Amino acid sequence: MSGFWKRFASNKGAVIGCFIFAVVVLLAIFAPLIAPGDPWRMAGPPRTDAFDPEHWMGTDMLGRDVWATIVHGARVSLIVGGGATLAALLIGVTLGAVAGYCGGWIDDVLMRFTEFFQSIPSFILALLIVAIFQPSVGSIVTAVAIVSWPPVARVVRAEFLSLRSREFVQAAVVLGQGTTQIIFGQILPNALSPIVVLSSFMVATAILLEAALSFLGLGDPNVMSWGFMIGSGRSTIRIAWWTSVFPGVALFLTVLSLNLIGEGISDALNPRLHDRGEA
Amino acid sequence: MTLSAFFGFLGRRLLKAFAVVLGVIIVAFFIVRMAPGDPASVIAGQSGAADAQFMAQLRQQFGLDQPVLVQLWIYLKGIASLDFGFSHRVQRSVLSLIAERLPATVLLTSAAFIFSLAAGISLGAVAARRVGTVTDSAVTVLALTFYATPIFWVGLIFILVFSVWLNWLPALGMFSIGQDYTGLTAVLDVAKHLILPALTLGLFYMALYARLTRSSMLEVASQDFVRTARAKGLPEGPILRRHVLRNAILPVIGFAGVQAGQIVGGSILVETVFSWPGVGRLAFEALLARDYNLLLGVFIVTSAMAVIINLITDIVIALVDPRIEVEG
Repeated sequence: MSGFWKRFASNKGAVIGCFIFAVVVLLAIFAPLIAPGDPWRMAGPPRTDAFDPEHWMGTDMLGRDVWATIVHGARVSLIVGGGATLAALLIGVTLGAVAGYCGGWIDDVLMRFTEFFQSIPSFILALLIVAIFQPSVGSIVTAVAIVSWPPVARVVRAEFLSLRSREFVQAAVVLGQGTTQIIFGQILPNALSPIVVLSSFMVATAILLEAALSFLGLGDPNVMSWGFMIGSGRSTIRIAWWTSVFPGVALFLTVLSLNLIGEGISDALNPRLHDRGEA
Repeated sequence: MTLSAFFGFLGRRLLKAFAVVLGVIIVAFFIVRMAPGDPASVIAGQSGAADAQFMAQLRQQFGLDQPVLVQLWIYLKGIASLDFGFSHRVQRSVLSLIAERLPATVLLTSAAFIFSLAAGISLGAVAARRVGTVTDSAVTVLALTFYATPIFWVGLIFILVFSVWLNWLPALGMFSIGQDYTGLTAVLDVAKHLILPALTLGLFYMALYARLTRSSMLEVASQDFVRTARAKGLPEGPILRRHVLRNAILPVIGFAGVQAGQIVGGSILVETVFSWPGVGRLAFEALLARDYNLLLGVFIVTSAMAVIINLITDIVIALVDPRIEVEG
């Protein structure tokens, strides 16, 4: 494992990614200290220019401090990113493990089911779910999870297909271990690395999805979100560019950092692939 | 592939496409069913004006006094006869609303789809050819950037830079208002309006396909038949074009076909940003008015659109690639 960390730490992109992501996490945790008070409240005169001494990212049409909305918006991004990824992993790992382990018609049915979810416009499905169940952090996490599990199921299935015929699994079967025990105790721990790589990309995608939903007005009305700020500044972009531009930069940096981390993990886990330039 | 084998393949793919659309309708049906409360009031309640007549109409459309499976059957039968119900808000049938907006969305998504594939494959091929050089790194950075940028934000930045600051391209809509262009000038006018939205929608997928093409080409380049081609003294250019690229882009196109649904879904965001008069913009309007009947119709129609694009790419691949297995 020390080889893994050495390779990971020597990857410039991954280290930068970790640094940016750490900053975002700190902003989210210490939001009430960094930008005290309610981010929705009027903090200054409306449409204060960016780089103003009082409000260095300016204020929006309603006088909300853009920097405060960014600090507080980090929270919902991380909650939805993390929560939806965990839920999607639960669905994807279960279905993928069952499909890969059982094979046969069960595999067939489950993979068709997965393919179905991959080939429909998942963003519209997410939109429909959040709209009908009313926007809230819970419904957003559910909707994002429902549209993001298919890649996990495919990856886990492929791993299980190749691992299930290995000797250590046969040994477990001979020893009389139950199916659940074999799936979760024997095979899953050996299939973890691709799941870890995938998870970090999934958090990034989930954050983008949450932002897109909030942008269209389907965010949780009780929490400040970057997507909401970009959407609310949209109609005034000609006269107050900063209200949409800065939350977008925050979103970009967060997503980029997660992608860099994911690639760093992937490269560090498969050094051979990386040398061939296939990472 | 022989002609009969091709038609067999086509038949199986059509069946699969049909099954996906059927599944979408069932999913749409059960989402409304799972919402808390009476489905008729879920659909009507928030569309602003729920009079008794409209509620009765909804109950009849969904057959709400019947058992669930009968309700599903009634709903499926309705959709099969292209009856998507009624939009109370605008007092028109959902079908006519969608049909009116569909051409604009087909134009936007196909432009974005073709652009993302063409640009993505070219960038990926250049990067793979010069692997390890500055060009390769530049493509990687470009791909990473667009892969991490929310498309609705890219759209806003494009409007800010190319319309507001530089005044090069129109920001909103599909036509110049009050100009009544005809013939070629009208086509050019639409094309000018199309550039920014299509770029916005396509750049994210361009990034994705560039990365895929690059790794796919490097993988093919390490295979034996390429070594053979090199060993028999073929120059590098033809090897890359005829041996590597041709084999490497097939999985990329296949993946793009599966991803078609994502591009169609993304058009909601892009059409909203650019006020593009398509189905996506219609979905946003339906969303604002909580017009769920219309939203369900958009979900089903756009899914069908994604399935058709996927079908077309599969047929193209089957025709281009002689090695493909005929049992699709």
